[in-house]
Amino acid sequence: MWKILTMLINTTIFSATLRMATPLLFAAVGGIFSERSGVVNIGLEGMMLIGAFTAVAVSWYTGSAWLGVLGALLAGALMGFLHGVASIKYRANQVVSGTAINIFAGGLTVYLQRLIFKMAGVSEAVPRILDVELPLISKIPWIGPVIGRQNPMVYLAFLTVIVAHVVVFKTAWGLRLRSVGEHPAAADSVGINVYRMRYAAVTISGALAGVGGSYLSVAHLSRFVEGMTAGRGFIALAAMIFGKWNPIGALGACLFFGYADALQMRLQELGIPTQFVQMLPYALTMIALIGFIGRAVAPKASGQPYVKEG
Amino acid sequence: MLDRMKRIPYHVVVAPILAVLLAMVVGSLFVLTVGESPLAAYKVLLQESFGTARGFATTLQRATPLMFTGLAVAFAFRAGLFNIGAEGQLYIGAFAAAWVGFTFTNLPKIIHLPLAILASMIGGAIWAAVPGYLKARFGIHEVINSIMMNYIAYFLTDWLVTGPFQGSTMIPETKRVAASATLSRLMPPTRLTTAIYIALIAAAVVYILMWRTKLGYEIRAVGLNPTAAEYGGISVAKITVAAMAISGALAGLAGMEQILGLNNRFIQRFSPDLGFMGVAVALLGKNHPVGIVLAAVLFGALQTGAAAMDRLTSVPRELITILQGVIIFFVAAEYLFSRFMKVKGEA
Amino acid sequence: MATVLEMKGITKQFPGVLANDHIDLDVEEGEIHALVGENGSGKSTLMSILFGIYRADAGEIYVRGRRVEINEPRDAINLKIGMVFQHFMLVEPLTVAENIVLGSELKRGPFLDYDTAVAEVERLSALYGLKIDPHAKIQDLSVGLQQRVEILKALYRGAEILILDEPTAVLTPQEVDELIEVMRNLRANGTSIIFITHRIREVLAISDRVTVLRRGKKVGTKPTSETNAQDLAEMMVGRKVLLQVEKGPAKPGDVVLEVRDLAVRDKRGALKVNGASFTVRRGEILGIAGVEGNGQTELVEALAGLARPESGQILLQGRDITQAPPLKIKQWGLGYVPEDRHRRGLVLDYTVADNLILGLHTQAPFRTRLGMQDFRAIKENAVKLVEQFDIRPPYPHQPARKLSGGNQQKVVVAREFARDPELLICSQPTRGVDIGAIEFIHRQVVAQRDRGAAVLLVSAELDEILSLSDRVAVMYNGKIVAVMPVEEADEHKLGFLMLGGRLEDYQAAGGNEVAR
Repeated sequence: MWKILTMLINTTIFSATLRMATPLLFAAVGGIFSERSGVVNIGLEGMMLIGAFTAVAVSWYTGSAWLGVLGALLAGALMGFLHGVASIKYRANQVVSGTAINIFAGGLTVYLQRLIFKMAGVSEAVPRILDVELPLISKIPWIGPVIGRQNPMVYLAFLTVIVAHVVVFKTAWGLRLRSVGEHPAAADSVGINVYRMRYAAVTISGALAGVGGSYLSVAHLSRFVEGMTAGRGFIALAAMIFGKWNPIGALGACLFFGYADALQMRLQELGIPTQFVQMLPYALTMIALIGFIGRAVAPKASGQPYVKEG
Repeated sequence: MLDRMKRIPYHVVVAPILAVLLAMVVGSLFVLTVGESPLAAYKVLLQESFGTARGFATTLQRATPLMFTGLAVAFAFRAGLFNIGAEGQLYIGAFAAAWVGFTFTNLPKIIHLPLAILASMIGGAIWAAVPGYLKARFGIHEVINSIMMNYIAYFLTDWLVTGPFQGSTMIPETKRVAASATLSRLMPPTRLTTAIYIALIAAAVVYILMWRTKLGYEIRAVGLNPTAAEYGGISVAKITVAAMAISGALAGLAGMEQILGLNNRFIQRFSPDLGFMGVAVALLGKNHPVGIVLAAVLFGALQTGAAAMDRLTSVPRELITILQGVIIFFVAAEYLFSRFMKVKGEA
Repeated sequence: MATVLEMKGITKQFPGVLANDHIDLDVEEGEIHALVGENGSGKSTLMSILFGIYRADAGEIYVRGRRVEINEPRDAINLKIGMVFQHFMLVEPLTVAENIVLGSELKRGPFLDYDTAVAEVERLSALYGLKIDPHAKIQDLSVGLQQRVEILKALYRGAEILILDEPTAVLTPQEVDELIEVMRNLRANGTSIIFITHRIREVLAISDRVTVLRRGKKVGTKPTSETNAQDLAEMMVGRKVLLQVEKGPAKPGDVVLEVRDLAVRDKRGALKVNGASFTVRRGEILGIAGVEGNGQTELVEALAGLARPESGQILLQGRDITQAPPLKIKQWGLGYVPEDRHRRGLVLDYTVADNLILGLHTQAPFRTRLGMQDFRAIKENAVKLVEQFDIRPPYPHQPARKLSGGNQQKVVVAREFARDPELLICSQPTRGVDIGAIEFIHRQVVAQRDRGAAVLLVSAELDEILSLSDRVAVMYNGKIVAVMPVEEADEHKLGFLMLGGRLEDYQAAGGNEVAR
């Protein structure tokens, strides 16, 4: 019994939890920006993947992994902007547009991967962002190894959550963002440019998703593997919903999902098939949605193109 | 007959064709980046997929599961629902077919095969009915639940195939299905099976169901105007669940083809995004069986030709996936075209 | 008093209707000016032009003596004009303070200065006597309080001219009194108010002057002290030439529909039908007159089974159908022509033939044993009805979307009438319909009555009510406030009742009673 407890609760697992949660955090926060403005972004998965690849490509050519992250941010932003153009200007069905991006990203990354690295399946090794050790903190018993010895991007992810929370809930821009997603006509009637806000939000979501993808390729690993996002973009969506479209809430959800991810291997030793643990985030999200009675919590105007009257 | 032909909305066909052409232009840009001539690349592609008997047979085989998933997505679209869960539904349908296939080995083919096919339809239908019910009862959007069900299906079948139902060795796949549950090959050594006939029959059945029955009338009414449908006495909730279930059954058939026709066993994660491609096929085919069959053949041709193109030129086969993504993008942004074309009468 | 606003010669054309026809309006500083008229008179359009939501085709606007261009709401707001819409522009999950400052936020750097916002709200609240909790979330507030937030929004932006669009339509009587107090406070503080309404009682209670519009034209402007309810009703409704319908006397039989004390809430939870009771007999037409928004929509939807009544009873030929589903009610003999043919009555992308069987498609001969549709029967039905009801163009395979409004309505009418229902409900049956189709539909309604159906006609068009009905009822604020034989009704009396007057106060022969 005690053995099980120590297997479930120990510094290694918590440390892994943070690492597993990091890409999810970036993408989930990105999703929150987009949805809060009223644009559904199913394409997070594709944007993460493109971010992952771009980071590797840029790191390869420039020798700097951080430049790679920057490249991922820009590439993701571009994809987000494209999604915005399709959804906002051309009023495409937002789910379809997002799905198109996912499919496109899958093909594009493999195409470019083989073009640039001339190898199938994985790219060459590239410079990556190395873990750091925070001098005093890492010495604290118990928590020390968990938060004191991590990849800088993990810290960045947590910082992003805090900044996002402040921006969305404490700034004037954030207030406008929320109004645009809940009642665009009301926002319009007080002079807010609904289209511009949505473009900004969806571009930000792409940028963040790109950064989340870059963590996978140039921080967690040091290469690009085809399809390496493996559905994390969708888990991020689930985390966003679970967290009630709130960065802090999403943080909780991502940590939970990260924990489940980290736990997989351990549970196998206990005889529980890992696949059931892997299913958890998704099943729980479905149940949670029933609990919230569906749309009670989502931004009310989410998914609908806004057409100005007049 | 001529009167019917006059009623074919030709302007509806223009947008998909334009989308494909535009996508091919975009594709040409990618071809140029590897230093190949787009015309040469496309020529290889077309020659392989349509020019030879074997090539064409392969094209049709690759088109078959796409016809099923395309029909599935389109069927749900007609009811106003977005079935993005075809991927998960086809996995469940596939496993159901496989299980029937390798479990009941003493049955004659005339019972065993239809039973396996039926199992795939039931599996897919149940898997799709869940998000349908959750929408009807709780108003939860079917997209997010379908996506969740996809992942549950992936992991569930992962477990089944590496655990209780793992075949002989360390390979993550099940036993082979019995010969009595195998679809016959039409042109060996290609993998084209009688599933193509089933697909064409399914397309015909969908057409009849949707445009010739009371159920189809109700489904389309709900998709076009649920408020008026309610006034006409139609139960929007029941139609939602029914449409999703039928859609799931069609997706399940795609899984059936992959198991009973292509691989003869369930291989872990066998699907190359067949469900998501179904979205592209449905959109390109304008949610109509005829369009879907044609769109599926196009995509099947792209995949067949891509392999040859990859061999004979230096254009990687992934160009096709890019093309497919771009096609969906352009079809989705149809409004883009309506500004250029000033099509009369189209909303 | 100085003139603070002048609108001259405002003209606005929409497809098919001239909403404003060279309208002049002037508002004096610090006055409460009522703008009244029936539905479709153009009052909302005029104010939307003033607030920059629409642009006038012709005409000029002068604010404080200066000619101005108002092309969008921001321009109006800069000119210190504020508008409180009928459908609130409030973001539900946000607080009162957040909603008020939205778009003109007080900031400290990028951060929202919430505390100062709250202080501002409290200051305005005290100054104008509009009590509100700045921290409350909009979704938790009553409709009356939400309206207060809208008013504060305008005041926060410095509005000196305040437009209120049908402010009392959504309020309870108590809230109306509170609003009247608020308006008095505002006036005392120097705000000029234009308020759009069709309720005479309120006009007389609070306004200084009143302008009446009718069918896009201005009828006149008078100081309120120089007018009364009858006068206003007459100006609003006017003397029109009635469309005379050939009809013989009614021969009413037994009761087909009985409604007892019905209460129905709308989607927002407001009690729109509040204890309505009436009966309709076989072979008679009961016309319910009333300005839209007094509960008629909810009443009719409840009768058809499309809305759940909160309490009360509906009996169709003795059978309790209060909670019955729409299909069953249809099968028990209801024919229903809904007021919104685009949303409720038709599937626009379906063909005329397909629309003609909507609601009937589950039965033979349109549906065969195997669940297939019998196209021959559907086509025959369509050909027959297209001819019988003169639907043009006479092509059953055309999408309904392509037909004109009048012909679309004829499709709905054909479908519902051809079944020879026991009870026929027609709600705003000739809205948006050309004159030829109107006459046709009216003749069909009378024909149904003569056949023996019980007909319930709900209409905001008084001449339609007066020419078709055998008995006339008036619906106001969710209740049936009067029922009389059509011989006892005329447009002045009905107009008076429709606008909230009480029957006892009305003197038939050119009465000059003031309704208070």
